[in-house]
Amino acid sequence: MAIDGSLVEELEAALGPRAVLAKPEACVVYECDALTAHRRRPELVVLPSSTAEVQTALAACRRRGVPVVARGAGTGLSGGALPVEGGVLLVLARLDQILQVDADRRLARVQPGVTNLAISAAARPLGLYYAPDPSSQVACTIGGNVAENSGGVHCLKHGLTLHNLLEIKLVTIDGELLTLGSPMGDAPGLPLLALLTGSEGMLGVVVEVTVRLLPVPERVELLMASFDDVGRCAGAVGSLIASGIIPAGLEMMDAPAIRAAEAFVHCGYPEDAAALLLCELDGLGEDVDAQLEAVERLLLGHGATELRRAPDMTGRLLMWSGRKSAFPAVGRLAPDYYCMDGTIPRRHLADVLQRISQMSEEYALPVANVFHAGDGNLHPLIMFDAGNAGELERAEAFGAAILELCVAVGGTVTGEHGVGVEKLGPMCSQFASAELELFHALKRAFDPQGLLNPGKAVPTLARCADYGAMRVHGGKLPHGHLPRF
Amino acid sequence: MAEADLTSELVERVREAAAHGATLRVHGGDSKRFYGRQVEAEALDVSAHRGVLRYDPAELVVTARAGTRLDEITELLAASGQRLPFEPPQFTPSATLGGMVAAGLAGPARASAGAVRDHLLGVRILTGDGRVLRFGGEVIKNVAGYDVARIMAGSLGTLAVLLEVSLRVVPRPMGELSICLEASEEAALGRLTEWSRMPLPLTASCWFDGVLTLRLEGSPAALARMHRQLGGTALGDGAAFWRNLREQTHAFFDPERSLWRLSLPPGTPALASAGAALIEWNGMQRWCLGADRESCRRIAAEHGGFATAFRGAQGDAEVFEPLTAALGRLHASLKRVFDPQGVLNPGRMYRDF
Repeated sequence: MAIDGSLVEELEAALGPRAVLAKPEACVVYECDALTAHRRRPELVVLPSSTAEVQTALAACRRRGVPVVARGAGTGLSGGALPVEGGVLLVLARLDQILQVDADRRLARVQPGVTNLAISAAARPLGLYYAPDPSSQVACTIGGNVAENSGGVHCLKHGLTLHNLLEIKLVTIDGELLTLGSPMGDAPGLPLLALLTGSEGMLGVVVEVTVRLLPVPERVELLMASFDDVGRCAGAVGSLIASGIIPAGLEMMDAPAIRAAEAFVHCGYPEDAAALLLCELDGLGEDVDAQLEAVERLLLGHGATELRRAPDMTGRLLMWSGRKSAFPAVGRLAPDYYCMDGTIPRRHLADVLQRISQMSEEYALPVANVFHAGDGNLHPLIMFDAGNAGELERAEAFGAAILELCVAVGGTVTGEHGVGVEKLGPMCSQFASAELELFHALKRAFDPQGLLNPGKAVPTLARCADYGAMRVHGGKLPHGHLPRF
Repeated sequence: MAEADLTSELVERVREAAAHGATLRVHGGDSKRFYGRQVEAEALDVSAHRGVLRYDPAELVVTARAGTRLDEITELLAASGQRLPFEPPQFTPSATLGGMVAAGLAGPARASAGAVRDHLLGVRILTGDGRVLRFGGEVIKNVAGYDVARIMAGSLGTLAVLLEVSLRVVPRPMGELSICLEASEEAALGRLTEWSRMPLPLTASCWFDGVLTLRLEGSPAALARMHRQLGGTALGDGAAFWRNLREQTHAFFDPERSLWRLSLPPGTPALASAGAALIEWNGMQRWCLGADRESCRRIAAEHGGFATAFRGAQGDAEVFEPLTAALGRLHASLKRVFDPQGVLNPGRMYRDF
């Protein structure tokens, strides 16, 4: 479907010609986000520079019934910013101003196109920082972080994006500006800020974000523990949490991931280990000292073969660099990789890892595991070659099987990457029809015509019927009352 | 206390009310009946729907039926060295877990540990048209679908009847120390602003009648250093002080006078005229006794905050700060999603909501 010429004219007149891209060669850059297996060149790209321009653009699209997909930096891993047919791609990268960093109020007010890391960089001279740190923090924008409720390696103690937001300004599909939350975090009425966080651009477009800043901790220590058995490492994770210590970060890697990271960034990881645990502790000096000793005792008690403390900040950053570059590192081992994002209750870590390893043999595809062990958030990286007939499909089937396993043990199909277009199928195994229907009704409350990011995040019931037909569980079809098309 | 799953009875009651165009006043232990607007409707008592369903200290999550008593949960967690992070008030022993979520009230730890919604991981709910639905779960990170669970926190039962809730819990600290410092209101607010910028283990604050009381948590060695750094006198029974504050049994809270809660941005200076005041949450929560509606609303608006007639508000006036027209329309749309016939707690939050 072609975009109505009058829309292009209206937007060019209102926003200026430099804010509207319609030529295919200019639009092709925006054909995908970081889920590159899905691509579609947008027909029209609009780059507003102010809240008023976002309102104008949305109102113009709504009048014509044209769908709108919002995009930040395009670092999302689930295809949430994938353009839709006949739609406008609303790129918020030019809304990139840090409006205020207020040390006394411990908050920063920024536009959505500001990168995650830029907030901490601006706050640092004041002794403050922004806690959530997704691996893509150099590039990803705070607007995208709000849309996905992004996590990172420090969520266990300092929370997700949700826990670090105070207020957002949101433009609805009608072009109306809403303020949700407040500088205190609370606001009268329902806690809509929480509902909007992680809503994947389905309910509104975020045009301003106020985040809570934290004081830079007095002391930070990073400990690396090696294990010769994945199960023992997973067991140590559960015991550590149960012991009453909440590390700032608790990350685990298995042997393929350790080797890939070491080969990529030479950060001193033990290449002969079966599993590696990175445990970061922060707080007051005395507290960190006490906890560090307790953690070391506990890990040795669980069979750690080697413990190493990062000597200083440089050493700490080097030790983290392997973990933070694990995805591209694994990317060097195979032509393609597929990153999964399920979360499970921690007690099932060892079993689920064991099962993933068996499935790796069944699907004949190698897998590397890096994950936020403290949160139970797995990131299995399935390696494949899309050039080989059937391998992409096999990788996707393997991925879906992992996510179903996560649901079966009481977890979820996505911990922090979002559903996007990628996990629409697996969503059907997590939610029954009645819950999915309520999600669709919620969307209609914000966006009656279904123009914002249509087709993402929540599967249609018909799609689930198809998905169920492909995957029969124990002889019972999910959504069994639906007609099959 | 006997455990019981009353889901089918509750569903039956709600469906029957919906079928007859009736309304229901949903409640648990009725410990917070004073909070919000009064609902004149047949009572739907959820407090017999109780029992802890899952609790494994290593997972840092507890799941229980909504009618489970809050003190039962608190005791259960304490036995494993854990607690609810947001230190909720109980007000009466009958308070339930569901009521705690629906009221969405947090105690002294709010400024450091977050609100109820921050730690609410999952819910099983009964909608106003009798659907039983499950949202969220028992894992900390979960972005599958809209975060429906969290909007139940503070919804005052206007969207759905809570059947089960899953909450994140945290370990108790290695130690705690409460200290008192003499300070004028201005000086106390200035210090709280300064100290909240520093990496101090400050988990509660209160200023009243010329005295600033702080709670610090951490290892004994760290607490000793903090005491030297901040000065002041150690409080003998700190736990009792914070409990009295949380439960509003502190001497300030005169039950004979109306109580307003002002929620104000951090850094808001001392208020000129809002009656007797007690300050919490580093200045973000201020309680005013015997103040009048107009001055509370006006002062809140001047400073970019909002005012709530917390207890003893008169007549039929709005208790909470009115919503903007756009947000009001959105609330009405959301109400129709969960409770299309308006069966549940009509008018509890706003006259028309």
